[in-house]
Amino acid sequence: MTILEIIQVILFIAVLIALTPPLGKFMAKVFNGEKNIMKPVFGGLENLIYKLSGIKAEEEMKWTTYTWSLLLFNLIGFIVVWLLQAFQHSLPINPQGLPNVTPALGFNTAVSFMTNTNWQSYAGETTLSYFVQMLGLTVQNFVSAATGIAVVVALTRGIIRKTANSIGNFWVDLVRSTLYILIPLSILLAVILVSQGVVQTYSSYANTTTLEGHSQVIPLGPAASQIAIKQLGTNGGGFFNANSAFPYENPTPFTNFLEMLSILLIPAALTYTYGKMVGSTKQGWAIFGAMMFLFIIALSVSLFAEYSHNATFNTSGLMEGKETRFGITNSVIWSTATTSASNGSVNAMHDSLSPLAGMVAMLNMMLGEIIFGGVGAGLYGLLIFVILTVFIAGLMVGRTPEYLGKKIQAFEVKMAMVAVLAPAFIILVFSAISSVIQQGLTSLNNAGPHGLSEILYDFSSAAGNNGSAFAGLNANTDFYNILMGIGMLVGRFGVIIPVLAIAGSMVKKKTSPYSAGIFQTDTVLFIGLLTAIILIVGALTFFPALSLGPVVEHLLMNAGRLF
Amino acid sequence: MKKNFLIALRVFLVLTIITGIIYPLVITLFANVIYPGKSKGSMIYKDNKIIGSELIGQKFTSPEYFWGRPSAIDNNPMPSGGSNLGPTSRKLKNEVQARIDMIKKYHENIPIQQIPKDLLFASASGVDPDISPEAAYFQIDRIAKARKMNMQQKKELYRLLSEYTRRPQYELFGMPRVNVFLLNLVINNIK
Repeated sequence: MTILEIIQVILFIAVLIALTPPLGKFMAKVFNGEKNIMKPVFGGLENLIYKLSGIKAEEEMKWTTYTWSLLLFNLIGFIVVWLLQAFQHSLPINPQGLPNVTPALGFNTAVSFMTNTNWQSYAGETTLSYFVQMLGLTVQNFVSAATGIAVVVALTRGIIRKTANSIGNFWVDLVRSTLYILIPLSILLAVILVSQGVVQTYSSYANTTTLEGHSQVIPLGPAASQIAIKQLGTNGGGFFNANSAFPYENPTPFTNFLEMLSILLIPAALTYTYGKMVGSTKQGWAIFGAMMFLFIIALSVSLFAEYSHNATFNTSGLMEGKETRFGITNSVIWSTATTSASNGSVNAMHDSLSPLAGMVAMLNMMLGEIIFGGVGAGLYGLLIFVILTVFIAGLMVGRTPEYLGKKIQAFEVKMAMVAVLAPAFIILVFSAISSVIQQGLTSLNNAGPHGLSEILYDFSSAAGNNGSAFAGLNANTDFYNILMGIGMLVGRFGVIIPVLAIAGSMVKKKTSPYSAGIFQTDTVLFIGLLTAIILIVGALTFFPALSLGPVVEHLLMNAGRLF
Repeated sequence: MKKNFLIALRVFLVLTIITGIIYPLVITLFANVIYPGKSKGSMIYKDNKIIGSELIGQKFTSPEYFWGRPSAIDNNPMPSGGSNLGPTSRKLKNEVQARIDMIKKYHENIPIQQIPKDLLFASASGVDPDISPEAAYFQIDRIAKARKMNMQQKKELYRLLSEYTRRPQYELFGMPRVNVFLLNLVINNIK
């Protein structure tokens, strides 16, 4: 690593920390319905949307109504995206005349974008028309992100309200997140991206003859508008197949920095929002601290692994699957950020990362996408671990566990365990099935332990709603399309429903007054305990599987073995 | 339930219009007015015909041109992508060996360790427009020889290369690099 690269790492983290309070504060105002700087711009539109949709903004919902509304809304999104693809050929703005998408691939893509996963079984430039990309995918990029934010806001209300019944209005949370947070930030980012060379056009692809006389087809499209929200909404589904490695999606080192920052921006700021809403920014910083601590460990291990010597190729810092303008360091910051948050966009091919850097990416997803995590999803995922930590700490000192004055009881802990175990079950069981049957194995691109890593990575990505891939695995088969589709559904709603149930149960409880005997949740001790529990749960669940994949591969690589 | 379903349908429709139609349209209008060239792909024209894009790497194999990064998709991005071969892949090892052999044909006396690594390993997109400055300087002697350049012309070649070498953006972001297509365009003009 050069000094400049070290500065780039520090700058990335510093800017992220600096932007967290202002954006977090702004978002708290939005969710509380207070005056904010975007109100004059979008306030009228907000009311118009309510009027057109028949939403009564002041109407509050019980957790069951909130959950049903969320599920119905997502179901409609899923059906629409599936149908758009099924009839793509008959729809407008399809200058390449791309054919209808097959049912299995359409199912996978529709689930993928509805669940904020944005796994790409399809290749953008050869599968989907501009029309489907905009009206199907761009829309889901926004609303799936807004859905995640709504859930965490509802959970927060469940924690702060005393002996109440309702946790907010899903429609209002959905509309406000989209209108005040996602759209303004996306416009800002899209404009900067275009100024650097990201394409935004409805023209058909360019057929050219190169300087040396080879023919080359250059794909185009309205990419900037989609890429902006893809990064900000922790979606990650690329306009083009190579995602943010493709020069039209990420043309310069500066766009790379901004896109990387956008991955973690909202998830990080939401911790501050949370602190604001519960009335103690220290509580927010404690969560931010635990996330940042895990992020820095992950980043350090990845960088170390990537710069280590590879005995097979007798070199360090393998450039396979990396772009010259980003180099090794910026590829590794990205791979760590995109898997910590459930973004899943890539600027380098993760399949070609060194075994341990690939393992860190996998582990980030296996831990449940809680190191910053998806917009909203990361924070509610982490709050699940907070509940478990408080519970375990309570057991250790022999007191009824409490969090922010609310008793944590059997129901909350049961629901938390469902949310932790559902994705883990998918990852391990589906990987096990795929690694022994023919339909699973024929899709592999790499042999030996790296082959197992490909399978393990892809189900981790599905269950964690991440969407990045060890892309050598050919996932566009009926087997993987359907199995991964199920994995994404469980990984999304198997967490959201328990979380909302917890919100519904907590909101009814009374808040007990602060006393000296309460276990503090804003101290360094608590951050330590929380990270320990996250790592222990992750290690116990996944260490055996990881040791058969990336760990073995790392040892064999150092012995110079090839597969 | 039925009431909520109708609300869901209506709010979905309204948000689709806002985020799926108005938003991309506004960005497109803005982009095409303020950045007409960039938003349409940073194309390079010659005699009113597109001969390539500044941002999309082309395939160069002849010794007279600077070579770019190896590409797993032969520089034809339909679709784009990398090799996705892992660090213990025999196939990758064989591919790298083939690239070493190819380079050795024109750079006989160079030890393998001195061949710049970005000329041996394929890019992520398959159309990486850049190479490192080391990889560019490494190729200068071959190009001068293939084009039968005299001292004066070779000096000009060096000058152009240093002119086309980009430092980290704003002295802060990314890596130093050389755009292969743009450089190859101008070296054709050396008289």
